[in-house]
Amino acid sequence: MIQNVTSLEMPVDEEFRIVKNHMTRGKGKRICIVTGTHGDELEGQFVCYLIAKMVSENKQKLNGTVDIYPALNPLGIDTMQRGVPAFDIDMNRIFPGNSRGSMIEKVAHDIYTDLSGADLVVDIHSSNIFLREVPQVRISEMTASTLVPYAKMMGIDFIWIHQAATVLESTLAHSLNSTGTPCIVAELAVGGRISHSMCQRLVDGIQNIMYNMGIWSEQPDPSKIGESIVCEGADPVAFINAQTSGVFITDIHNDMNVSKGQSIGQIISPLTGKVLSEVTSPCDGFLFTIRAYPIVYEGSLLGRIYKDTTY
Amino acid sequence: MPSPYRDDFRIKAYTFGEGEKTLCIVGSMRGDEMQQQYVASRMVAILKAAEEDGHIANNVSITVIPCVNPSSINIEKRFWALDGTDINRMFPGYDQGETTQRIAAGLFEFIKDFKFGIQLASYYLPGNFLPHVRMIHTGFEDIDDSRLFGFPYIAIRQPEPFDTVLLNYNWQIWETQAFSLYAGTTDVIDHEMADISIDAICRFMLKKGFTNSSIRSSISKGGNININVDVDDPTVITQDNLISIQAPHAGLFLLNCTPGQEVKKGDILARIMHPYEGVEISCIKAPCDGIIFFARNKSITFQNTLLFRIIIANSEQ
Ligand SMILES: [Zn+2]
Repeated sequence: MIQNVTSLEMPVDEEFRIVKNHMTRGKGKRICIVTGTHGDELEGQFVCYLIAKMVSENKQKLNGTVDIYPALNPLGIDTMQRGVPAFDIDMNRIFPGNSRGSMIEKVAHDIYTDLSGADLVVDIHSSNIFLREVPQVRISEMTASTLVPYAKMMGIDFIWIHQAATVLESTLAHSLNSTGTPCIVAELAVGGRISHSMCQRLVDGIQNIMYNMGIWSEQPDPSKIGESIVCEGADPVAFINAQTSGVFITDIHNDMNVSKGQSIGQIISPLTGKVLSEVTSPCDGFLFTIRAYPIVYEGSLLGRIYKDTTY
Repeated sequence: MPSPYRDDFRIKAYTFGEGEKTLCIVGSMRGDEMQQQYVASRMVAILKAAEEDGHIANNVSITVIPCVNPSSINIEKRFWALDGTDINRMFPGYDQGETTQRIAAGLFEFIKDFKFGIQLASYYLPGNFLPHVRMIHTGFEDIDDSRLFGFPYIAIRQPEPFDTVLLNYNWQIWETQAFSLYAGTTDVIDHEMADISIDAICRFMLKKGFTNSSIRSSISKGGNININVDVDDPTVITQDNLISIQAPHAGLFLLNCTPGQEVKKGDILARIMHPYEGVEISCIKAPCDGIIFFARNKSITFQNTLLFRIIIANSEQ
């Protein structure tokens, strides 16, 4: 059943709506699949489609509630903008919102209220258009004990446990986790594109979580649920940032082990035909992020490496 | 810093006087902060003349950075165009980090040792303010010094999570006495409000003894704006003596008042019109006697959008 989560007037003959697909049967637990917070991250769209299809076509396997929210930022997705157009704001920096605030603050409040109390919320992001990521879950240290088991059930490649930053207190995940609704954030490959195989793997992982929560009676093929690399500890990640501005060229892909000094790529000058900077790995480890968008400024992130090689 | 294709990115600073790093004035940081850029550029001219005339006190140096982000202004983008990040969400910065973190780090390294800092700030919502000084309540803020600007109002607000990455907050943490000065408008230059803000900065410098005579004699009294920048005992405004008015409906927004204007309860502040049928959808009236502190300046409004903030009259003692 399609339901309005919130609805407000826009200036000229248009209604702003957040909608969800509410699918329920039996008295079991409630899982919410949310995505589309950032308008340039599209992989969650295919994941929502696959889960909505799976549940609606096999209702007899459902015991509980699956709520699907494909677009928390419909204006952004529709117009290929990461933030909320007209408001110039990052939708993931205004939670838990405010019922008496601006349109977007009220929208955030209504989304937060609607999700509160669920047994699990899965918030699906992609990387932005600049970086290609290994499918991963990012969890703050405070919530690790609750969320790492879900992440492992998901069979996601990489689990990054990081320190909490104050500025991230206004994300949807933090707002929910700090008020008793577990929310796990999955980041898929790259912005602006949909990788079918990666989406299918996340759907298998979510199905496995639903099976373990008793919401879904069918277990996915266990061979499809992989082992996760858990990245934790003090300062576990090395960042590679551009030394110069220019055009970044690389032959390698992420999801691979690298050794210290190994070439990651080059920053070149199309004008002079010269290499401006050689990009090499600062350490041994697992390269889980690599730059996808070639134009770089000094400081642009080119890659991230998990320093531990003992997994 | 070189760009891939454009001219190099650079931030220029102008320093007047010699000696202790006393006061730093930071102008525009986002690409739409034209008023902030204008006020800062006028301060450069005023301080240059003051230095030539020997009016800057001994062992005082005053630095003005008119623009932190020429790269965005020049292409009419509000934020850093390649990745959409806001330099004023990157403090104290990180010199090994992303581009805007490096810009923030480079700037902050240069300005963090000043005793006093004034950021010419803009609001995240479109609209105009009655010029004022604003402080974040961190425990380090000094209300007494903020009175020296002579604005009739000082705004204090409670910190929010995002504040920890703002310049003002980080200045305070590094023991710079920091003020955010709202010079009325943002994307359009308003001479009158700019003059009021410039006078306020000059008054502050004189009262603190950074300059040893009045370096600007003419204090302009605005035409229909009722602001006197010579107030020794300003009203401190908090959430308690401000009233917010939000749009009950979306539509075309016809503004009928200006910041600084005194209003009586029931006065018509604005009308929201049906965008197709030309009839009034709602009439926004003043809910109390007071002074317009903030007014939206866009010609459309969404539902729930903040339209006005009014300083409640009877809260002024
Ligand atoms: Zn995202």
